[in-house]
Amino acid sequence: MAKITIDDLKKIKEKVHKEMSLRDGDRRVKVTVHMGTCGIASGAKEVMDTLLEEIEAAKVQDVVVTTSGCMGLCSREPLVTVEVLNAEPIKYEYVNPNKMRQIFKRHILAGEIQTPFVLAKGSEVLK
Amino acid sequence: MLTLADHILDIAENSVRAGAKLIQIFIEEDSINDLLTLEITDDGHGMAKDVLQKALDPFYTTKTVRRVGLGLPLLRDAAERSGGVFQVNSEENCGTTVKATFGLRHLDRQPLGAIINIIIILIISNSDIDFFYKHRHNDRQFEMDTREIRKEIEDVPINHPEIIKYIRGAMEEGLQDIEPEA
Repeated sequence: MAKITIDDLKKIKEKVHKEMSLRDGDRRVKVTVHMGTCGIASGAKEVMDTLLEEIEAAKVQDVVVTTSGCMGLCSREPLVTVEVLNAEPIKYEYVNPNKMRQIFKRHILAGEIQTPFVLAKGSEVLK
Repeated sequence: MLTLADHILDIAENSVRAGAKLIQIFIEEDSINDLLTLEITDDGHGMAKDVLQKALDPFYTTKTVRRVGLGLPLLRDAAERSGGVFQVNSEENCGTTVKATFGLRHLDRQPLGAIINIIIILIISNSDIDFFYKHRHNDRQFEMDTREIRKEIEDVPINHPEIIKYIRGAMEEGLQDIEPEA
């Protein structure tokens, strides 16, 4: 395989520029994986890897991924918050790669909240 | 925490919370001296002297949602378990440097783990922060700097799937070349 060089970036940039004009990059869903010490220790990294793989495989452009710190419920980590535009945020508890795949396919893509994994509805209020 | 990559992600998240604009991650494997050095430097808001002293106390945290703060103590324990040392330097309004050394071939040293994945996670979820990753193995060295990538891609967001694919590919290739032992 040829070496990856900085020139490849220029080609990618041109390619992306062409594609960008075709669609608008509006975000529809924001997914937050809680990455505090507790989250990382209980497997949030693997959950995040799975989520990124799924997004790439599904080729969706309107899902934004971010991380946050611990919210004080360390015993229920890994936690994932799914915020669909104009809907209340949903927090999932004890997430693992399999649950993450299901949440991605059923909730993020199809809009069905996966009730058995839900910890709470709404966003946390930080004291 | 099973791998060193987990620790790096954890410490880097501290830097993110400290409002850093640039986070530098430096890994050095020195086979001759049997030493693995891990250094994470940020330009966040830093800590005052009295806070720095308390930072290594597992029962000290700046958060109000829980009463323990285990990130730094866990890394210190991991370093000391493998015969290494741990050090935090910080200056208020300038930034913080966390440095840990490990016995490279020590039985109790945690494996490096999925380092590429954690760098990707950091870049994707903090697209407004720059990351500089340097990995040295004896005389070979690999560097990845998002500031340089940003210069090339201009208005394309750094967390665009194509760019992330490029970074992953470049890191896989670069790390293959330096053949990390860890």
